[in-house]
Amino acid sequence: MNDFSFWVILSNLLLATRWTVLLSFVAFVCGGLVGLALLFARVSKIPWLEAATRYYIEFFQGTPLLMQLFLFFFGVALLGLEVSPWLAASLALTFWTSAFLTEIWRGCVESLPKGQWEAGETLALSYTEQMRYVILPQAFRIAIAPTVGFSVQVIKGTALASIIGFVDLTKAGTMLNNATFRPFLVYSLVALIYFALCFPLSWYAHRLERQHNVAR
Amino acid sequence: MTYKLQFAELLPYWDILLHGLIFTIVLTVISTVAGIAVGTAGAAARTFGPKWLDPIVAAYVEIVRNTPFIVQLFFIFFGLPAAGVKLTETTAAFLAMVFNLGAYSTEIIRAGIEAVPKAHIEAGESLAMSRLQILRWIVLKQAFQKVYPALASQIIIVMLGSAVVSQISAEDLTYAANYIQSRNFRAFEVYLVVALLYLLLAIAARAILRGVGRIIFPKA
Repeated sequence: MNDFSFWVILSNLLLATRWTVLLSFVAFVCGGLVGLALLFARVSKIPWLEAATRYYIEFFQGTPLLMQLFLFFFGVALLGLEVSPWLAASLALTFWTSAFLTEIWRGCVESLPKGQWEAGETLALSYTEQMRYVILPQAFRIAIAPTVGFSVQVIKGTALASIIGFVDLTKAGTMLNNATFRPFLVYSLVALIYFALCFPLSWYAHRLERQHNVAR
Repeated sequence: MTYKLQFAELLPYWDILLHGLIFTIVLTVISTVAGIAVGTAGAAARTFGPKWLDPIVAAYVEIVRNTPFIVQLFFIFFGLPAAGVKLTETTAAFLAMVFNLGAYSTEIIRAGIEAVPKAHIEAGESLAMSRLQILRWIVLKQAFQKVYPALASQIIIVMLGSAVVSQISAEDLTYAANYIQSRNFRAFEVYLVVALLYLLLAIAARAILRGVGRIIFPKA
C-alpha cells in the first residue's frame, strides 16, 4: 500500500514537471527576446528611451513576482479577455525575465571598452550595426555565464505560477498532499525534482564563470 | 464594455494594509539580522571550521539555492509537523526566511572571506592575535566591506520574495491584498496599489542600506 502510493506520487509529480519545464522554457525564450529588444533601448543613448526602459526594469525588479502574476491574471481579464493561468503566468514571467536579463546584459555591454563603440562609429556603422557587429558578439561571451545562472531563477520563479492555479510541479505537490496527507514525503520529492532541474544549470554556470576568468 | 478603475474602494481597508506592511517590514528586518548571522557562521565554518563540516554547509547552501522559496516554505510549514515539529504560520514564515537568506549570505560572505589576502591573516598571527580576534578584526571586517553591496541586494530580493508567506496565511502585505480583494472584488486595483507599496519598500530599503553602509564602512 505504502509502496504503491509512493510510486503514484512520484509519477504524478514527474508528469507535472513537464509543465514546469515548458513554462520555464517559454518564459526564458520570450523573456530573452523581449530583453534583447529592451537592451537596444537601454543603451541607445536616447535619454527618454533609456529612462523608459529604466522605469520598466525598476518596476519588474522592485515588485514581487507574485504581485506581477496577480496583476496579469486580473489585469488581462479587465480588458475583457478570457484569461487562463497559463497565459497570465507566461506573460508575467516573460516580462519579469526580460527585466532581469536586460540588466544583466547591460552590465556586459558596459564592461566593453568605449573605444569599441568609437571604432564602429569611425567606420560609419549605424547604431544597430555597431550593436550587431561590434558590441553584441563581444558582450555575448561575457554574458553566457550569468545568463545560464539566471535560468535557475526562472525555473524557481515558475513555482509561483501555482498560486494563480497553473498546475506545475508545486501545484501538483499541493494537490497530492491534500489527497495523501503525506506532506513530508511529497514536498521532499518536489524539492528533489526542482533540485535535479536547477543544480546542473547552477553547476554549469559556475564552470563557465571559472573558464571565463581563466581565459582573461 | 470598459472597466473603470476605482481606487476609492480601498480606503476603508487602510488599517489592514498598514498591518500587513508592518508585518512585512518586521519579517524582513528580523530575518535579515538572523539570516546574516547564520550566513556568517556558515561562511566561517566553511573557511575556518573543521573539514567534516564543510560538505554539510555546502549541501545546505546548494539545496536552498536550487529549490524555490515556496517549496522550502511548504516543506517547513506542512512537512515538518508531520515529522513532529509543530509551527504557527508566523514562526514558519520567519524560519523559512532565515533558512533561505542564511544560505545565500553564506555563499556571499564566503566569497568575501576568500578575497582577504593571506598575508593579512599572517600579519594578525605575528601580532599574537587569537584565531577569534583574527576572524573578527581582520577577516570578517574586510569580507563584509567587500560583499556589502551584494548582501544588500540579496536582502531586497528576499524581502520581495517574502510575498509568498501569504500562501501559508502569515499576515503580510500580500495576505492583506488577498483579504481586501476577497471583500471588495477590486482585485486589479488592490494588487496595483500593493505592488507599488512593495516598490516603495524596495526603494526605501535600498536607500537605508546604502546609508547604513556609509556609516559602517566610511569611505568604502
